[in-house]
Amino acid sequence: MLDLSPTVMQYLLVAVVAGPLLGAAAALLPAPPGLKGKSPDQAVLRHGVTVTGVILLAAIVLAAGFDHDRPSRMQATTDISWIRALDVRIHLGVDGISLPLLLLTALLAFLCALYSYFKMPQGPSPKAFVALLLLLEAGTLATFAVLDLVLFFLAFETVLVPMYFLIARWGGEGRRAAAGKFILYTLLGSVIMLLGLLLVGIKAGTFDMVALAAGGGRGLTASVQVTAVLAIGLGLAVKTPMWPLHSWLPDAHTAAPTAGSVLLAGVLLKMGTYGFVRIALPIAPDGMRTLAPYLAAFAAAGILYGSLACLALALPSSPGRSAAASPPGGTGSDLKRLIAYSSVGHMGFVLLGIATLTPTGVNAALFANIAHGLITGLLFFLVGALKDRYGTADLDTLAGATGAALYGRAPRLGALLAFAAVASLGLPGLAGFWGEMLALFAAFDPAEGLHRGAYLTFMAIGGLGTLLTAAYLLIVVRRVCMGGPRPAGEPELADVQPYELAAWTPLAALTVLAGLWPAALLGLTDPAVQQLLAGGTQ
Amino acid sequence: MTSASASLVQSVDWLTIAPPTLTALAALGVLVADLFVPAARKQLLGRVSVGALAAALALLLPLRAGDRATFCLTAPAQAASHARTAGCSYTADDFTLVIQLLVLGGALLTALLSLPATREKLPAGEYWFLLLSSAAGAALLPAARDLATLVVALEVASLPAFALVGLKRGDRRSSEAALKFFLSSVTATAVTLLGASFVYAATGTLHLTEIAARLDDVPGQLQTLAETGVALTLVGFAFKVAAVPFHFWVPDTYTGAPLPVAAYLSVVGKAVGFTGLILVTVVAFPSYADVWGPALAVLAALTMTAGNAAALRQDPAREGSAVRLLAWSSVAQAGYLLVPIAAAAYSGDDQIGATVAYALMYAVVNLGAFAVVVLVARTHPGKRLTDHVGLYATSPAAALALAFFLLNLAGLPPGIIGLFAKVTVFSSAVDAGLGWLAVVMGVNVVIGLAYYLRWTALLFRTPESAPATVPDGPRAPAPVTLAIVLTAAGGAVLSGYPQFALRFVTAGLF
Repeated sequence: MLDLSPTVMQYLLVAVVAGPLLGAAAALLPAPPGLKGKSPDQAVLRHGVTVTGVILLAAIVLAAGFDHDRPSRMQATTDISWIRALDVRIHLGVDGISLPLLLLTALLAFLCALYSYFKMPQGPSPKAFVALLLLLEAGTLATFAVLDLVLFFLAFETVLVPMYFLIARWGGEGRRAAAGKFILYTLLGSVIMLLGLLLVGIKAGTFDMVALAAGGGRGLTASVQVTAVLAIGLGLAVKTPMWPLHSWLPDAHTAAPTAGSVLLAGVLLKMGTYGFVRIALPIAPDGMRTLAPYLAAFAAAGILYGSLACLALALPSSPGRSAAASPPGGTGSDLKRLIAYSSVGHMGFVLLGIATLTPTGVNAALFANIAHGLITGLLFFLVGALKDRYGTADLDTLAGATGAALYGRAPRLGALLAFAAVASLGLPGLAGFWGEMLALFAAFDPAEGLHRGAYLTFMAIGGLGTLLTAAYLLIVVRRVCMGGPRPAGEPELADVQPYELAAWTPLAALTVLAGLWPAALLGLTDPAVQQLLAGGTQ
Repeated sequence: MTSASASLVQSVDWLTIAPPTLTALAALGVLVADLFVPAARKQLLGRVSVGALAAALALLLPLRAGDRATFCLTAPAQAASHARTAGCSYTADDFTLVIQLLVLGGALLTALLSLPATREKLPAGEYWFLLLSSAAGAALLPAARDLATLVVALEVASLPAFALVGLKRGDRRSSEAALKFFLSSVTATAVTLLGASFVYAATGTLHLTEIAARLDDVPGQLQTLAETGVALTLVGFAFKVAAVPFHFWVPDTYTGAPLPVAAYLSVVGKAVGFTGLILVTVVAFPSYADVWGPALAVLAALTMTAGNAAALRQDPAREGSAVRLLAWSSVAQAGYLLVPIAAAAYSGDDQIGATVAYALMYAVVNLGAFAVVVLVARTHPGKRLTDHVGLYATSPAAALALAFFLLNLAGLPPGIIGLFAKVTVFSSAVDAGLGWLAVVMGVNVVIGLAYYLRWTALLFRTPESAPATVPDGPRAPAPVTLAIVLTAAGGAVLSGYPQFALRFVTAGLF
């Protein structure tokens, strides 16, 4: 679309990765004269919006300058030596697989910063909030842009500390325990992943992802590949999260502030699945082939588990149960918890797609990744807004005996919530549909050498999962959006505010766009995926 | 005639031995000067000591080629580069230089931390003499290439340390800590000495490289003696690094000792132990690698697990808990440091570089953490973890620095050098095929994060009660601030350019 020289592209990508980092450091310093704003708090929140906005612009220009005719080629590459002793290189680049994720990250970070500018979560000073948000963005963007295994690990780890503090400092009830659980779980995962990455690097003699992918597992014996995929996969599976390693997620989501939840679901989870596609698939194909059926089985279990858990949360709880069975640290049927569990199910589809080892499946996974980021990001925004208005996100409290009747009290909010819910359940024509449909389709015909019967079973389970997903989301819509006439004298409920509209519209619009025009995304990912599965990127 | 006299009188390369020598001379100078300097001007002694340590550091510069040796059996001439240092008792190779840098730098930072304390509580003359003597011994140790020099250096480094620990006059806890430290350390040193003599008896030489050559063909009846000697020598150094089961003295000694001395022990004392351990294992006893390799691997696993488990259990409100936590964490870190040495048994002594790189990182950030604790202890003498609550509100720079140091110790970004140091250690374990040890270490890193992060979180928590401290408390003393700035800058530079520390990972050090 835009003809930019390679040097400009290179600097753009470097700026996208390094920009938020510098912004985070700058946020800690006092505002320079002329930018002081109305108060220090306002100045630093505005700083956050500015930086993320500039990064988003840079990412859009990068996408425009991206050579769409050759999305399988690494573009905007930088490759300089950083630590010679470990053979670690600062190797950056984007291709059709990472570009959409970069854009999604930049967009969600900007929307979060914008939303927080108007609606700062309860907690200590916004200065640290903005700095942590930017650090988080830097780590996520770096994860999608780096092409060196050790650097990937570094970027993967970078998000842990900011996310921990975002939850522990600005979160809701039970935040400290949730934050601790989050960081310990994911750190354990990523340390194990590091062992796998080191094994690959030491045995193959390089940490460069492009070189390793081009080698396609040459120089790695089958047992090394299986061990490596097992270790790397465990780390990524914790992050994704894959059932049964998901238990940190509901707590973290329930406790996190809105911006934290949006980024956690929208982009942090994608780092796990991205790692599968970028590292496990091309670098250790033999190991992946051995372990794919197990991955698929866990994915199918996750789909079923996620939807059943959500169904249990969505149904009205009987009076006797609610007190006894609600887990500590959060109410039993918190809407945020419900969406978190639904993420487990959705990410199950992504993993199932990857585990088929076919181009269709991997494309489906990448598409579902983006769709989940958009839709769940929107859902968390909406539930966060509900929580702000009601003071609780507990479904039973919200709905009462008859339902919350959001359609009547705040029609726009209700409509958006219903929209996001049907998008999430995979209504054709919206973004959620394609990824899950294609993943099931790929499971119908998995790669050669995989047991077809098993995959057919997984497909059937996945299909059942979509039904259950539809069921619980419709129940949620019925209980939150519909309802009987309201008692007189109830306080007015504010409908969607302009700033909320500004933060949510892009997500809703992109959900529709991706649903109606999936080729825009699949056209980017497909060539890259074809090449990845055929033996590495160029 | 002249050539004959030259061979009788050994020529000493003074420049090569300058760093430890200068330190030792300064120690004596300070001791003598203490007699003549009036009490009001005792601060001068401290400044002289800091200057001497800085000068000793500067003297490392001309040696940086790393190819000098002295006190040799034969004239270091015509022979090839490796053989040239073979029969020498004092070698200034890359390994020596980097450890001397660590030791002298650590002593310098300790000296900076001690400047305010000697002004107020500690007897200045004795303190500086002991610190410099110990530093001289610690600087001599990495250069030692025969068992006698090694043991002497070990003693010179340790004996003043006992006195340093007990130096707080009238403090019962301090004396108790010193006694504990002394008794257990002396036993260990005696054991080392016994081991060294066994090895000498079995091989007939004290030079490490010679021992390595001769241990291969020890006569049958001396086999047991040699093996016992090897084992006993290792025990002494295991004590020094505070490896399990020789770690019990650490927490009590650290809490009882003056804070700067605890910092010194945790970095320089540990470096001494590791250097000795590396020298005897990799240089002297490579032929017994199948014995000490697995032993060290198990020891590493136990040490890190015990240290982390104990650190995790610290009650933050208990008196001295901050120091106690750093003490246990130093035990755990010693476990990580042991991993590459164990790995060296399986895949060659290149792995030692990972220990050296890790030790450099650890020295910088651990001294930094101690420096901030020293700073906080000025207003909160209880040295509790809870004293650090809300530090960010009162002194943001110190809080950010401490958070950075702690995250480095945990090995998480933004502590990038800490992360990469851990990566090199993991990498050495994976490379050597010690997968189980890597997994144990992985679990330990997670446990470690739990308590480092808990502490970090305390720094930013808003204090529940109104800040009880005087808003304008005693100002931070300049030397302590300087120490924090130096360590923070060091950590930041290493994080941006880890090659500085990690270059030793691939370079052959000996």
